[in-house]
Amino acid sequence: MHTAPFLEVQQATIEIGEVCVARDLNWAIQGHEFWGVLGQNGVGKTTLLKTLAGLHPLTQGRVKLHGQDMPEIPRRTIATSLGMLTQETRYAFDATCEQTVLVGRHPHLKPWMKEQASDYELAHRALDWLGLADLKHRSCMNLSGGESRRLALATLLVQDPQVMLLDEPTNHLDPANQVSVLNVVGQHIRTQGKAGVMALHEINLATCYCTHCLMLFGDGDWLAGPTDQLLNTDNLSRLYGCAMRLVDDGEHQVFAVAG
Amino acid sequence: MPIKPPLNGHTNQQTIWVGLALLALLPLSLLLALSWGSSGWLWPWLATETQSGLIWELRWPRAIAAWITGALLAVAGCLMQVLLRNPLADPYVLGLSGGASVFALLGISVAGTFGIQTLPIPVLAFLGALLTTIIVFVLARGKGPWSTTRVLLTGVVIAAGWGAVISLILALGPDASLRGMLFWMMGDLSYASLSAWWLAPVFLGLALVWFRARSLNVMSQGQLQASLLGEATRARFWEVYVLASLLTGLAVSIAGAIGFVGLIVPHLMRLLIGADHRVLLPAAAFFGGGFLVVADTIARTLLAPRQLPVGVLTALIGVPLFLVLLNRAIRIRG
Repeated sequence: MHTAPFLEVQQATIEIGEVCVARDLNWAIQGHEFWGVLGQNGVGKTTLLKTLAGLHPLTQGRVKLHGQDMPEIPRRTIATSLGMLTQETRYAFDATCEQTVLVGRHPHLKPWMKEQASDYELAHRALDWLGLADLKHRSCMNLSGGESRRLALATLLVQDPQVMLLDEPTNHLDPANQVSVLNVVGQHIRTQGKAGVMALHEINLATCYCTHCLMLFGDGDWLAGPTDQLLNTDNLSRLYGCAMRLVDDGEHQVFAVAG
Repeated sequence: MPIKPPLNGHTNQQTIWVGLALLALLPLSLLLALSWGSSGWLWPWLATETQSGLIWELRWPRAIAAWITGALLAVAGCLMQVLLRNPLADPYVLGLSGGASVFALLGISVAGTFGIQTLPIPVLAFLGALLTTIIVFVLARGKGPWSTTRVLLTGVVIAAGWGAVISLILALGPDASLRGMLFWMMGDLSYASLSAWWLAPVFLGLALVWFRARSLNVMSQGQLQASLLGEATRARFWEVYVLASLLTGLAVSIAGAIGFVGLIVPHLMRLLIGADHRVLLPAAAFFGGGFLVVADTIARTLLAPRQLPVGVLTALIGVPLFLVLLNRAIRIRG
């Protein structure tokens, strides 16, 4: 049976200010796919993610979530199947980490409902996945940069959407945490059939985790495809405007700036 | 039964105790207001008929007015702080008290100059607050998503403008009205009186706001986060803005610009029971109400027969109370 892709972008032109993020973008995101969005600073990776979330108007074209036009869906319905980790999270008021991640259940609950035992279970599991179990009762204002980043991701996992948009999820994280965080996300995508789209700068993390990549060249041009076909020195050199080379020590292949 | 979680590092038990204490504060503060006055302490049930008249016709409606004003200000403070995502926000930060003051002071000074006795100062004050609400709304609306900064700047600048007009009125107004004007601006419940029936719409309104409490939790994480979690934000933010403005406008028209309650009560309650608005809103309403009843009782009794403006008392009691609690909270957490 044919089912609509989780997220579908049709003939879309996306612009922000003077920058054309993508022209005539056709893009379908299915379950089990983990997309990496690559591009230089300021090409509009965040804008693209916001467009996918229905929070940035398209110049042309349309975005469909489960086959339905995005502007026609109420925000609350969108929030039950699409969530986004924003680049920065700033908390204005004291709340425990537990309370903070429970906010992720908001779209799933009616206004008069309170969180059930299952919601708490999910919250505790999410904190556990991200190594924050011990910080359950800590205030969200008293966290390090990396902890706060993982807390935001835990909130997204508690929201439990089918489509996860991640804006530079590895910001503020040390290498070990970068890997463990992406392991958690990758596992959700593989085992629960979710879809992920992540903007990032570390090409080598993209080669490890992303099944597909979208490259934004900054002038509206784009390339999309499976990671192993797309990520090569030619494309990457064009993408970042500097020579890139592939370093192979026999065990691993990593991309590095040449020179 | 769901597993009950501790709130904000505060145990569930503590929340229950605080809740019970807050519930008890309502009858206790009203009893204090009824029993204590310039003539000393007198239990209401031991009063003679003349004393009874004084208690039920003067003290009771004033105490009700105080409770309602305090509750309105505290809830409006919670809403403004979420709306502007700023712990320093109070109900007056967007110029509502300024607008109300200008209208009220004009009324007082016109009444003083021409000897008109019947100018409805509360109505004028409410109109002033409403006008300010509309000005800020129209000027700050703009296009695109809700902008906290734009609203805050617009409101603060308008507040400054009103401030200048207030100084002008004070400088040019008739000397005889000056005292009344100053009292009004400091917040004064001397002329306030409300029937206990007013509690019904206030509780009803509070119940309606409570249905938005979880939305407020989401909104306090910021505009982008809120829309990602399913709040149709622009509409929701303006809804909260109008609501907070109306509550403030009502409070100001009852009792003038009582400072401090709207800023300090939400913070006090956050320190005691956490930032979840489902608990915070009712707690703030009950504490704000009780606090103002107590403050007003002291204000009219302490130097009796002279009456102090209650706004002075709220600050005099509120500042040390707040500092002590803040200090304790820091020590516990640190």
